[in-house]
Amino acid sequence: MGKVIVVTSGKGGVGKTTSSAALGAALARNGEKVVVVDFDVGLRNLDLIMGAERRVVYDLINVIQGEAKLAQALIRDKRLETLYLLPASQTRDKDNLTAEGVETVIAALKQSFDWVICDSPAGIERGATLAMRHADVAIVVTNPEVSSVRDSDRIIGLLDSKTLMAEQGERMEKHLLLTRYDPARAERGDMLKVDDVLEILSIPLLGIVPESMDVLRASNVGSPVTLSDERSAPAIAYFDAARRLRGELLPVTIPGEKRGFFGKLFGRKAA
Amino acid sequence: MKLLRFFSRPQSAPAARERLQVLLAHERVAVGDSDLLTKLRDEILRAISKHMQIDDERVTIRMERGAQVSTLAVDIEIPFDKDKKAA
Repeated sequence: MGKVIVVTSGKGGVGKTTSSAALGAALARNGEKVVVVDFDVGLRNLDLIMGAERRVVYDLINVIQGEAKLAQALIRDKRLETLYLLPASQTRDKDNLTAEGVETVIAALKQSFDWVICDSPAGIERGATLAMRHADVAIVVTNPEVSSVRDSDRIIGLLDSKTLMAEQGERMEKHLLLTRYDPARAERGDMLKVDDVLEILSIPLLGIVPESMDVLRASNVGSPVTLSDERSAPAIAYFDAARRLRGELLPVTIPGEKRGFFGKLFGRKAA
Repeated sequence: MKLLRFFSRPQSAPAARERLQVLLAHERVAVGDSDLLTKLRDEILRAISKHMQIDDERVTIRMERGAQVSTLAVDIEIPFDKDKKAA
């Protein structure tokens, strides 16, 4: 039985889709079967970020409405054979996303994949609430910036009240993924520091992805950053985050920060 | 080493430009809720199902949208009933 992860944030443009693709590829690199599901009906972009935009035949809505079988809508990655994409519909309306339909699709995906990564749309409406509904684990993507932190706080509230786990009285495992982090600006005091964000949101840290040209470059060519340039700083951050998702205890390092021997020994507690 | 990597890499912006041009060219001509390739896919399947029962599980459809040429490959497994004699 696979694990369902929702990648969410509330605010748009913080890196949900980039992170979904990068983490999906990082997990699939180990041979685990991964599917990344785009929930952004009407404004899909995961296909573009993963470089499969020319190969979309059917989408999530087609499957929900019974116009296509799940196996027909899944697109296998050309680089990693254990990585799959389930695209969102570009032309339909988000009202076509039904709670029952999503439940059926997620249940079926859990049967054949080790990881089901749900890439949530921005906002707190239907698409976003359905993307988080069946999750076992949530990744809250946040930028070190006031509006993003505020929206993440709101999303954490929804994760604790509007999900199936919450309704069953369980507490969802939530992780913070801090993206577009610029250590130099944080050092100068022009950007919220990691500890500031952690203190405000008080959920464990999954990783810190530095602001980097490599992310833009990867999206330009349609490849998850963990596949296009696996030695780049953001790719390393995503690979480490993927290992933490698997349960490894790996200290989180702040990109660009020089740590002494003792600093490394007594590193930040991992999520 | 890092510097070397920086200088040796080809630009990625042209790739982005080209990918977007192809994608948007297809999306802009989409009428209603389907573009040409999607319409063809549906009509081909409808035509075939008029003459035989197709098992949905045995149909594979692949598309590749290109700038000049797009391809649509429909693979349909046609069941062969060996008990049935030719008329």
